[in-house]
Amino acid sequence: MKLKGTEILLKVLEEEKVDIIFGYPGGAVLDIYDQIYRSKVNHVLVRHEQGAVHAADGYARATGRVGVCLVTSGPGATNTVTGIATANMDSIPLVVFTGQVPTGLIGNDAFQECDITGITRPCTKHNFLVRDIDELATVVKEAFHIARSGRPGPVLVDLPKNVMVMEAEYDPENIKIRNYETVYKPAPKKMANIFEMLTKAQKPLFMTGGGTILGRASEELTYLARKYSIPVTGTLMGLGSFPGSDPLWLGMLGMHGTYYANMAVSSCDLMIAVGVRFDDRVTGKIETFAPNAKIVQIDIDPSSINKNVVVDLPIIGHTKSVLTDLIKFLDEHHYVPNEPQRQAWLGQIDEWKGKVPLAYEQNGRTIKPQHVIETLERLTGGDALITTEVGQNQMWTAQFFKFDRPNTLITSGGLGTMGFGMPAAIGVKCAFPDRHVIDIAGDGSIQMNIQELATAVQYNVAIKVVLLNNSYLGMVRQWQELFYEKRYSHTDMVHAPDFVKLAEAYGAVGLRATRPEEVEAVLKEGLAIDRPVLMDFRICRDECVYPMVHPGASISDMTLGSRELVN
Amino acid sequence: MERKEHIISIMVYNKPDVLARVAGTLGGKGYNIDSLSVNTTTQKDISKIVMTTVGTQATIQRIEGQLSRILDVISVDDLTNVESVHREMLMVRVNLTDENTETVKNTIDAHKWRVIVSGDTYVVLEITGDQPQIEFALARLEPFGIADITRTGLIALKLDD
Repeated sequence: MKLKGTEILLKVLEEEKVDIIFGYPGGAVLDIYDQIYRSKVNHVLVRHEQGAVHAADGYARATGRVGVCLVTSGPGATNTVTGIATANMDSIPLVVFTGQVPTGLIGNDAFQECDITGITRPCTKHNFLVRDIDELATVVKEAFHIARSGRPGPVLVDLPKNVMVMEAEYDPENIKIRNYETVYKPAPKKMANIFEMLTKAQKPLFMTGGGTILGRASEELTYLARKYSIPVTGTLMGLGSFPGSDPLWLGMLGMHGTYYANMAVSSCDLMIAVGVRFDDRVTGKIETFAPNAKIVQIDIDPSSINKNVVVDLPIIGHTKSVLTDLIKFLDEHHYVPNEPQRQAWLGQIDEWKGKVPLAYEQNGRTIKPQHVIETLERLTGGDALITTEVGQNQMWTAQFFKFDRPNTLITSGGLGTMGFGMPAAIGVKCAFPDRHVIDIAGDGSIQMNIQELATAVQYNVAIKVVLLNNSYLGMVRQWQELFYEKRYSHTDMVHAPDFVKLAEAYGAVGLRATRPEEVEAVLKEGLAIDRPVLMDFRICRDECVYPMVHPGASISDMTLGSRELVN
Repeated sequence: MERKEHIISIMVYNKPDVLARVAGTLGGKGYNIDSLSVNTTTQKDISKIVMTTVGTQATIQRIEGQLSRILDVISVDDLTNVESVHREMLMVRVNLTDENTETVKNTIDAHKWRVIVSGDTYVVLEITGDQPQIEFALARLEPFGIADITRTGLIALKLDD
């Protein structure tokens, strides 16, 4: 059957079971949009292409499926770059379709032409320029396969305008794609190695990361940790991969990790790292990271092994299948932890937990951001999908909201993209319309993609924005306070809009709390409204995120704020 | 750890932008390519890239890891510590003068260098060899005045699989 390019594109999307596209039309994609107009596909019109990518990204992180967006050529395409780089750093499966000028004009500096495959080469898993209509179906199929296989990532497909109106034979049965999935099957010897290491270890520790969530290995990790009483810490991307309310959970490690997580890392003698890549924000000074530990690293990407931290036992493989093998091996070989040793280790951790718990001081006058987050957690019973922006809002969320399930914290970890949270929340809410979807934001970040409030209102995507408003670029201000002798160079955002009026101007609901006693009422009201709501919490302006490890220092060397520890 | 030159052989699918992907990945991660050679193999759709770069063993492992992530890369091989043979080719033009013609010709004969083309005022030589041989040839020709030069990247072949 001969079909037009635009028809082939939509046919393949249908086969890939794409149920939503986030996009923004323009000259080079008019024909595709015309096809969309005549189809049943669900399309959300964003207000900026960056928002489209973050929305697709949020959708992907919450559902585990491939997020899809469609934008025009030139500036439409370049506006996606931050979103693509964000997804790439966190290994999120996306397919981004960009329009391109007709093939005959490529290279001529045509109107709205840009070499988007060249620009995105370093920040995509792979990209394609479709020059030949006969390749279209295969390329689109391959794009989805690549995005979701192995270590996932964003794939960009550049579609020249003329190619999309050409005709080609379309036979879905006969599309042959290259298989990019390398299936690693770790040698059974490796399981014996872990068994031996576990048997020798007195202070074992799991460290879980984004790879546990992407690999859907949370259940296996939780089983192992609980069965053998092994405490668990996690990276920002790993939050939710082990239940945050479990007594074995130590919270996040690293720069803003808990005291007890960082102490446990620094004194454990065996670390089993699952789906992590040892980012510098996690390790601190690399030479003193887990100095007493043998390290096992389980990851699907061989290039993540020994990249930052040299490990004792690398295991390349899918996190779920490796942990499944491990469960089986430990069971068959009757691994039993040495009970007194294990109790001593857990007792030591409890002591650290008691010594410096995660805490903050209420002053009765100003709203503490941690209090807002704790109240939000209590009111939702933790049953919410949380997105964040980047900075203090993100770290307070990571510290004070307990994530019990995977895929419930949606945050830009690797790239640290301000402006991520609200569009991501729109994508999440589109996937889960009946659940609470809340963007915990700062006043700096929210202004980077505030235009997406219009998108939320247009489709009545009832996201909630919990704005922790200190009229500062808070995290940068915090660094200036601590490391630049309080020289607050360009971090004071005192000339901010009235966010309540701004929300109303967009047709959303705006609420405000200025005193601690108003926090609960505002949250309750905001959560109950079935429309997009922005809640402006005027928080204590100079609240800092603690604990904090100074950049470049060992993670055992923490500043604890006003609760300085007497050692 | 010791920094030394490594010869890396990369099999790739012969796609229009595959060289850009390989070079961009290395450049973007801060690694330098010292010499480069690319051509197709017996299979038209598969090319081999041979490059040299200087680094410690750990650096080279990271480079191999990064390159292996490129979907159009089929395999990456460090030929440094395996038995392999290496060649470069040099084309060089030496201008002939009344004073040097005799010595230039004698030198060429003595080393059995191949003359590709010659005229009254110039001679163009083709010299192949491993790096020391090429460097040696250049040192011998230098005093005569080298008018122009072009040199391929290093190519290398393993002696067994």
